[in-house]
Amino acid sequence: MSTPTRAPSGAPSHLTGPGGGRVGDDAARPDGVLKVRGEFAYGSDLWMDDMLWGVTLRSPHPYARIRSIDVGAALAVPGVHAVLTSDDVPGEKVYGLELADQPVLALDVVRYQGEPVALVAADHPDTARRAAARIVVDYDVWEPVTDARRALGHPTWNQVHDSPAEVTELSRESAHLHPHGNLVRHLKVRRGDPAPTADVVVVNEYEVGMQDQAFLGPESGLAVPGEDGGVDLYVATQWLHVDQRQICAALALPPERVRLTLAGVGGAFGGREDLSMHVHACLLALHTGRPVKMSYNREESFFGHVHRHPATMRYEHGATRDGDLVYVKATIYFDGGAYASSTPAVVGNGGTMGIGPYVVPNVHVDCYGAYTNNPPCGAMRGFGSVQTAFAYESQMDALAAELGMDPVDLRCRNAMEQGSEAITGQVVDSPAPVVELLRRLEAMPLPPEVPTGDAVDLRDMPGGVSNSTHGEGVRRGVGYAVAYKNVAFSEGFDDYSTARVRLEVVGGEAVATVHTAAAEVGQGLVTVEQQIARTELGVDRVTVHPKDTAVGSAGSTSASRQTYVTGGAVKAACEAVRARVLERARSVVGRPVADLRLDGGKVVSDLEGVALPLADLLGDEAVEETLEWRHRPTEAVDPETGQGFAHVQYAFSAHRAVVDVDTELGLVKVVEMACTQDVGKAINPQAVVGQIQGGTAQGLGLAVMEEILVRDGRVQNPSFTDYLIPTVLDMPPVRVEILEYADPHAPYGLRGVGEAPNISSGPAVLAAIRQATGLPLTRVPVRPEHLTGT
Amino acid sequence: MRLSCTVNGTPRQVDDVWEGESLLYVLRERMGLPGSKNACEQGECGSCTVYLDGLPVCACLVAAGQAQGREVGTVEGLAPAGELHPVQQAFLEAGAVQCGFCTPGLLVATDDLVTRSRAEGRTPADAEIREALAGNLCRCTGYEKILDAVRLAADRMAGDPR
Repeated sequence: MSTPTRAPSGAPSHLTGPGGGRVGDDAARPDGVLKVRGEFAYGSDLWMDDMLWGVTLRSPHPYARIRSIDVGAALAVPGVHAVLTSDDVPGEKVYGLELADQPVLALDVVRYQGEPVALVAADHPDTARRAAARIVVDYDVWEPVTDARRALGHPTWNQVHDSPAEVTELSRESAHLHPHGNLVRHLKVRRGDPAPTADVVVVNEYEVGMQDQAFLGPESGLAVPGEDGGVDLYVATQWLHVDQRQICAALALPPERVRLTLAGVGGAFGGREDLSMHVHACLLALHTGRPVKMSYNREESFFGHVHRHPATMRYEHGATRDGDLVYVKATIYFDGGAYASSTPAVVGNGGTMGIGPYVVPNVHVDCYGAYTNNPPCGAMRGFGSVQTAFAYESQMDALAAELGMDPVDLRCRNAMEQGSEAITGQVVDSPAPVVELLRRLEAMPLPPEVPTGDAVDLRDMPGGVSNSTHGEGVRRGVGYAVAYKNVAFSEGFDDYSTARVRLEVVGGEAVATVHTAAAEVGQGLVTVEQQIARTELGVDRVTVHPKDTAVGSAGSTSASRQTYVTGGAVKAACEAVRARVLERARSVVGRPVADLRLDGGKVVSDLEGVALPLADLLGDEAVEETLEWRHRPTEAVDPETGQGFAHVQYAFSAHRAVVDVDTELGLVKVVEMACTQDVGKAINPQAVVGQIQGGTAQGLGLAVMEEILVRDGRVQNPSFTDYLIPTVLDMPPVRVEILEYADPHAPYGLRGVGEAPNISSGPAVLAAIRQATGLPLTRVPVRPEHLTGT
Repeated sequence: MRLSCTVNGTPRQVDDVWEGESLLYVLRERMGLPGSKNACEQGECGSCTVYLDGLPVCACLVAAGQAQGREVGTVEGLAPAGELHPVQQAFLEAGAVQCGFCTPGLLVATDDLVTRSRAEGRTPADAEIREALAGNLCRCTGYEKILDAVRLAADRMAGDPR
């Protein structure tokens, strides 16, 4: 059993919130009041009066061998309590989400700039930083491998296509970065005629830069040593149990001695799926016997989490003159950076959904994930679909231009619908309203024309108040794109969630408590958990227990899956509780009653006039149920053909972007975004719209500004000064229309929401810029020099 | 160094402040007021926006010593205990709070904007709201609901003579 340790100041407590709101309502967040008062404790807000501060020393080199590390000078700094290296890691020295290939602290080789090398704990963060700067590391610096194709021995596109699946003899640049080589995963999808021909063929190469999640709350947590030799970690994360598994391995401790509680999370977007400071803080706490807080600054945050995979993609689309897609060939390279992280799953998504929501009889897709000495890449909202959507949606526009067709008509002509087969051979067995999403967008009114002459308000011009144009070179464009994304974990993953629900009477009022380990990262799951419990148990007051490892795993807050899977678990646990309460009511009534249900804190039957208050029925006893809930199983795809039932559900959204481009200055202003999305069932419409608008902003950001610039393996812009995310001046009004076509396989018919709008918004912006400029634009983010030809 | 200043109307005194510490660090780590957030600590994101003698500033860019003898206002001081300021209420109702890390800074910036425009007997236009909030990054919402919240708060406060 766990040993109670003193909880830090600001540790998460039960959330009850303002109350009210069932499934389908705009229920208020239970954490909302705390957040607007500044009282909600994020990971970086935790505090204990005897705590130390931990910092990380990181490699300045992307690729080097460590000859020696001398920590003596750091240890001598007054106020320093510990300096640790990999020698101090008691258990497994490497960790990872899917492959354990990433050192907790650098072993003999560093493989990316920013790789953690040593740790310091001191009584003030600046003391710790000054001490870390005195650690002497002797590096033998090597030339980094920075190109994914070269890392795999695929120097050019032509060569790839001459020998598509072969890894040729490794060149000097493609030295083995890991013992098993530089290939993380190669996924093949083969369908139909291997040598198809078509009337019209469009071939292009595309490139997507490295995007960052740029969540605002830095990686933070507080590790508290326990009296049993274990540790309590309060941390901002996306998946407590996968963290626990990796921490236990590194610390060589059993799970009952590594207890995690979710601290307040300031956004995640995939960037908190991998470990950051978790093991480091625990190591320092166990070594010093003191609580240790770690909180990255913004620069360190850029080095301390994985990013979205940059991609290079070659697409060939063949169609009939009437516009029917005949074939698609695609070769996709994801640069996974120095360690695997979730690259295997990103490759799985990139390949199995790599041509979009279209029906194509002949398909030949090769999707590769490679190791390089660039920053490690892993999960980010849209996970493998964002990159390919830029390519396949650009291809649809290019093909429409070649055919002289309207791009929306071309998409609708080839769109997937319910009953269609995906390129994996999987039948789409729930609504797939791709055509309706596009047609509804088309029907929305367009914003007013580009202002001219005296009507010009400079604030509305590209460049805004910098007064750089009066509209003389401004051209308007309109573009469309569709998103296609799997919901939840795929390819046979045992994707379950656990929920514990208790119903009891407190002070005369029926109260439900929901306990899951599902990470609330800002998306509103805690609200959804309350709404489901209110709906299923007919009570108003629902308390959300702090998220911790004292209950079973809920899986990751990612892949648009938590409302589906944890929502499903909470619903099922509520149903089990309800069944027991109703059974007891039947025994009290003493006869079968047909329409017994829970409502308003009572067991009621309208037909038979029964109304038993739960206070009478339950007395002091609580009814509690804990259970695991799974969606229907998926299966691994065939390794040679990529065929199989890989995905449990698809999400669909579509965007229309209207842009003004100053073609002389290369400046873009997005005038309006419109989005249609099928959400199956909007559990909380206000939160759904919030997800769509936020996802739209991140897609827009990747289209026109967001990129981690990496040169020779070195990050050029690890700050919010130089890594630009959209401000309120960059975001236009976002018009949203929600469709609700229930998925018969999902709880309440719901569909995962979070990622799809992040996928379709960027390609729509790109299409609009192309329409405004007439330029091909095959790389994102689009930069001024791409628009002015300079 | 001993720092004396007024925070949210209460005189505060802190000892052993190191000269390199920011006002943000002192508020969060020495005064127990973590409401102002530490998202970038380089004045780019606005999450740590506080009032300094009535003007909004990034607390991360203010050396603690610069606050000597001055008045500091943080998100914790926007409303009396147990109450909500109209701006806080509007952010909740409009769905402008997701992860909430940007929220404290946005609340102070919004309060400043609507207070200034109310003093001029008007509500801020959309372009003015966008300019006023351009220094506050939000990664979750796409800003649309934040704009809704500001409009809602401005409308309500316009009718409030305080």
